[in-house]
Amino acid sequence: MTKPATESAPGDAVDTIDLRKEFEAVDIASVLTELDRELIGLVPVKTRIREIASLLLVERIRQKMALATTFPTLHMSFTGNPGTGKTTVALRMAGILHKLGFVRRGHVINVTRDDLVGQYIGHTAPKTKEILKKAMGGVLFIDEAYYLYRPENERDYGQESIEILLQVMESQREDLVVILAGYGDRMEKFFQSNPGFRSRIGHHIDFPDYSDAELLAIAELMLNEQNYRFSEEAREAFIRYIAVRKTQPLFSNARSIRNALDRIRLRQANRLVSRLDRMLTSEDVMGIEAGDVLASRVFSGGTDAPGGRPST
Amino acid sequence: MRVTQGCFSFLPDLTDEQITAQVQYCLEKGWAVNIEFTDDPHPRNTYWEMWGLPMFDLRDAAGIMRELSECRRVYGDRYIRMSGFDSSHGWESVRISFIVNRPKEEPGFRLERQEIGGRSIRYTTRAYAVDRPEGERYGG
Repeated sequence: MTKPATESAPGDAVDTIDLRKEFEAVDIASVLTELDRELIGLVPVKTRIREIASLLLVERIRQKMALATTFPTLHMSFTGNPGTGKTTVALRMAGILHKLGFVRRGHVINVTRDDLVGQYIGHTAPKTKEILKKAMGGVLFIDEAYYLYRPENERDYGQESIEILLQVMESQREDLVVILAGYGDRMEKFFQSNPGFRSRIGHHIDFPDYSDAELLAIAELMLNEQNYRFSEEAREAFIRYIAVRKTQPLFSNARSIRNALDRIRLRQANRLVSRLDRMLTSEDVMGIEAGDVLASRVFSGGTDAPGGRPST
Repeated sequence: MRVTQGCFSFLPDLTDEQITAQVQYCLEKGWAVNIEFTDDPHPRNTYWEMWGLPMFDLRDAAGIMRELSECRRVYGDRYIRMSGFDSSHGWESVRISFIVNRPKEEPGFRLERQEIGGRSIRYTTRAYAVDRPEGERYGG
């Protein structure tokens, strides 16, 4: 309920604070280890989140000592290719900010241009304000933020939305955190044409692409969660699958992996059902064979790119 | 004469902090919070003008407080109240309503006596403010 800034009046400021106790009290350690365990790779991102978490912890202590004068700028920009975990990290970020008391509720509102920009004159402002109201006390995650600004159409309503956003980002910093996400180069262009955004964003975080080994680790983590497992040959086949799939168009990192696994499960189920007269063990239903992987169109020169799946 | 309608109206006017806490209570109960205003203080004036739309699906009071300050900027010389509407089955009605803004001067009500057949009398109340046209009633 109370903002950290109002937690203690200057009168009852404390002089000493047990750092360890403070660290354990907010329990960010568990969020950070969870982040380490559940997100493969992304080393620069994790380092950055750790830094931000430490900064916020210190900021919190400074507030208790009545040393902090301003509320830190927490708006962020996540850039990176599709499927590199921007949305997932945004969700975790909301958790971290909530634990540290920098957002009051810790929910995430995930929006794109369509949710913010209206279709006719006078439609945009209420729409944007509506979304902002919903996001108050939490995190507003704007996916593919560069679509807000369409320079080729001077009468585009995106600009109106941007102005309202900027105003709220500045005046209600304690009430909500805005995270912009999108591909690196297009976000760069977006910031160039809207310098107001760049200066209001405290943290720019770049999400690198995953390496082959990381993609395999992600695949195995996903399978584990669903109680499946690769056989030895299937793993070999999947390593080859990743290598081939990466060279094809519309490759979107972890999302492509998830889609591939969905199709592999489909083929595995079909293989099991095709031979009805036998007893199945749990090993059988959990196991994924090389054949399930190798049947993919990717290996026969075709593409496994899903038709028209929106990429982020 | 101080108008007393809805919750808390016999208490001193709520501070913004107290209003925030009440709004947050409503949101946590899952009620939609509305801002309404009027310049006709008669107790039977049930339906006030709405400021914007009812605010559904919010999590935090900050957005509503922002709307309230907007509403005060425009209609600061009138009565403004907030209501929490419970849409859950069986209730489907307003659960709380409280005044958050009132005019500086509240002239009060006149009691009118109408003499009718025999020695009977009909009583009615009329707010002094409504003698003036809508929109100009409280020096606005």
